[in-house]
Amino acid sequence: MTDLDAARWLFGTSLAFHILFAAVGVAMPVLMVLAEWRGRRARSAVHLELARRWAKGTAILFAVGAVSGTVIAFELGLLWPRFMAFAGPIIGMPFSLEGFAFFAEAIFLGIYLYGWERVSPRLHLASGVLVAASGALSAFFVTLANAWMAHPAGFDLVLGRPASLRPLEAMFPPGWAHEVVHVLLSCYAATGFAVAGIHAFFLRRAPGHAFHRAALGIALAVGGGAALLQPLSGDFSARELARTQPVKLAALEGHFETRRGAPLHVGGLPDADARVTRWALEIPRGLSLLAFHDPDAEVKGLSEFPREVWPDPLKVHLAFQVMVGLGTAMAALALVALGLAWRARAVPGHPLFLLAVTAAGPCGFVALEAGWLVTEWGRQPFTIWGVMRTAEAVTPVPNLAVAFWAFAALYLFLGAMVALLLWRQILRAPPAPGSPESPRGAAP
Amino acid sequence: MTPADLLAGAVLAALVCYALSGGADFGGGIWDLLASGPRKREQRDLVEHAIGPIWEANHVWLILVVVVLFTGFPPAFAAVSTTLFVPLTLLLVGIVLRGAAFTFRSHGDSRDAVQARWGLLFSGSSVLAPLLLGACVGAIASGRLRVTAEGMPRSSPGAWLGPFPVAAGAFACALFAFLAAVYLAVEARGALQEDFRRRALGAGAAVFLGAAACALLSWREAPIVFAGLTSRGWSLPLQVATGAAAAGAFAALFRRRYGLARLAAAAQVGLIVLGWGASQHPYLVVPDLTIEAASAPRATQVPLLWALGIGAATLIPSLWLLFRVFKGRTAGSPGGT
Repeated sequence: MTDLDAARWLFGTSLAFHILFAAVGVAMPVLMVLAEWRGRRARSAVHLELARRWAKGTAILFAVGAVSGTVIAFELGLLWPRFMAFAGPIIGMPFSLEGFAFFAEAIFLGIYLYGWERVSPRLHLASGVLVAASGALSAFFVTLANAWMAHPAGFDLVLGRPASLRPLEAMFPPGWAHEVVHVLLSCYAATGFAVAGIHAFFLRRAPGHAFHRAALGIALAVGGGAALLQPLSGDFSARELARTQPVKLAALEGHFETRRGAPLHVGGLPDADARVTRWALEIPRGLSLLAFHDPDAEVKGLSEFPREVWPDPLKVHLAFQVMVGLGTAMAALALVALGLAWRARAVPGHPLFLLAVTAAGPCGFVALEAGWLVTEWGRQPFTIWGVMRTAEAVTPVPNLAVAFWAFAALYLFLGAMVALLLWRQILRAPPAPGSPESPRGAAP
Repeated sequence: MTPADLLAGAVLAALVCYALSGGADFGGGIWDLLASGPRKREQRDLVEHAIGPIWEANHVWLILVVVVLFTGFPPAFAAVSTTLFVPLTLLLVGIVLRGAAFTFRSHGDSRDAVQARWGLLFSGSSVLAPLLLGACVGAIASGRLRVTAEGMPRSSPGAWLGPFPVAAGAFACALFAFLAAVYLAVEARGALQEDFRRRALGAGAAVFLGAAACALLSWREAPIVFAGLTSRGWSLPLQVATGAAAAGAFAALFRRRYGLARLAAAAQVGLIVLGWGASQHPYLVVPDLTIEAASAPRATQVPLLWALGIGAATLIPSLWLLFRVFKGRTAGSPGGT
């Protein structure tokens, strides 16, 4: 393992790990606030108990997200000091604002988790709303920085160095809007489906259990709503990518030759040497239609660009297919849920439906990780597209493999512990339908 | 006052806040490790109760420091990240394990054996983190770290390790333990309060020894710190003020005036961090990077200052609310004061 590989593996592992908790930190507060709001408005003890239990789970996940996020902040410098020396002054703005958003999130989460008996119901609920809002704001700012890496803006390049910096312009680079919308929706969809999956699993064992039904209702509303909006956001992204990052679009679609009326490849394996995507289901004119909303539009292929700026089309295409496939399945399931709920005027409880929701539980997070890989692999071989290669950004410090294996072991351990703890939490759900247990909740 | 000076001041101010809040959380972990006597369990419960709602918010000060550093002083961030790779990586392991283990203990299995295992991990990493943090500060101030103008290392990856950084690490542990013991004495009642009073006095003595050791070592090992302690224009007033705060904290602890002790101890710790910052002014990384040389363009620093101002305007009332809810007069037992 070269030091560059070790640095990429370490940073990739850290981000892949952190992203799960970050996404939960964005979306879980929305679920728990909705539960508390329902509980207070409808005087529903079940919903209030649900809010407390969700809050406990959130406490564990948020703490791991906070510390793993700290690792990322330091690793930016530990692994990529040359990238940060170049980019820090240009994109430090969104990072600084993210710092404050994270501050607000941590402060109000503290009040929410430990304040059930200490603050008024109104302030408690307001704190939850602020946690949800600042969580979304954090994701917004961080995604802005990521969007800049794919489409750097707000500076001039003079002899390899940045000059005439315009940080506000850099904060909103071309394509920022679609990435932000897509990321936020993915957080809600992934978390909503994961939570729905867990409660659907228990509902199958105890049909009609009021606690799990209430949970499933809220989780499906949030996750399903986001999953239904995500294809629209995906369409927006595709059109923006065609305009702002044509190489990435060509790679993720496995599209090699520039042509009008380009087909869409569903599945298949791109072969970069032969410049062809094999074994794909081709939908005639599909890509032109998706990328430009015009079946005859010209879509640039990878061959249009020098080989040394290509990302690996095989990896990017496969990750993209996983994301789109799972996203589509989730949207379809959300549609079914909507239909069933409409007909029954209640949270659907059909065993087959519950089975499908249980099975779909992990899909959102797999799709989210795959989508993140599309963005990161799709930007290679660059760290800052067209400006700095990943190999130029890496630290001169040797023996990075040691750090990689140490952190990999640490994350594995933490991941296993979190899973175990959450599993115990969930198993301790209230026994009888609707009976509020004594609030062991978030009291320290 | 250039924007760069203001930003460097903001970094120092954030570090003071981190020492006073996050530092005390590490100190709480140290007392968890050193819990002893008939009220062992109560001591640990108090630590958990005291830091539970606030440690995550307190921890964000450190992230703010990192962010302002890489935005406003990119070569300094590169310099610190490359030359301190080993201690910073270990610090991260400590930070991750501290936070995760604390949360797992608070929300996990309540069986004693499991609790004890997480407790050990939490308290052990609460010692590791300040030790390394202090060592990093000591290494930066000592002039052992040599870098190019871009912040790329010229010294070996092991250059950070030396007597002064080690002493600074131990000093940081003593300082945070002292601060935490004073804070905890304020929140405790009865016999538990006496426990932490004794601990605060003991840790205060350790702080004194640590300060003396650092001062002696700095003569040879960190000349810029030694000059700050002895021969700069502000050296004497700062020394007197720090000494007065320390004496005040001791006197207040003796007389069981805990609220006053908290104020004096916080002033003492704040002045020590300020003293370090003033000593190494105008260097960010002694002796190769000054504030001016490491500055990002003005076009970055001015908007960053605005962002910090806007951020502070939202942060201060939020923090005030957090501390009023959990540390204010009306906060329920065993909080209070």
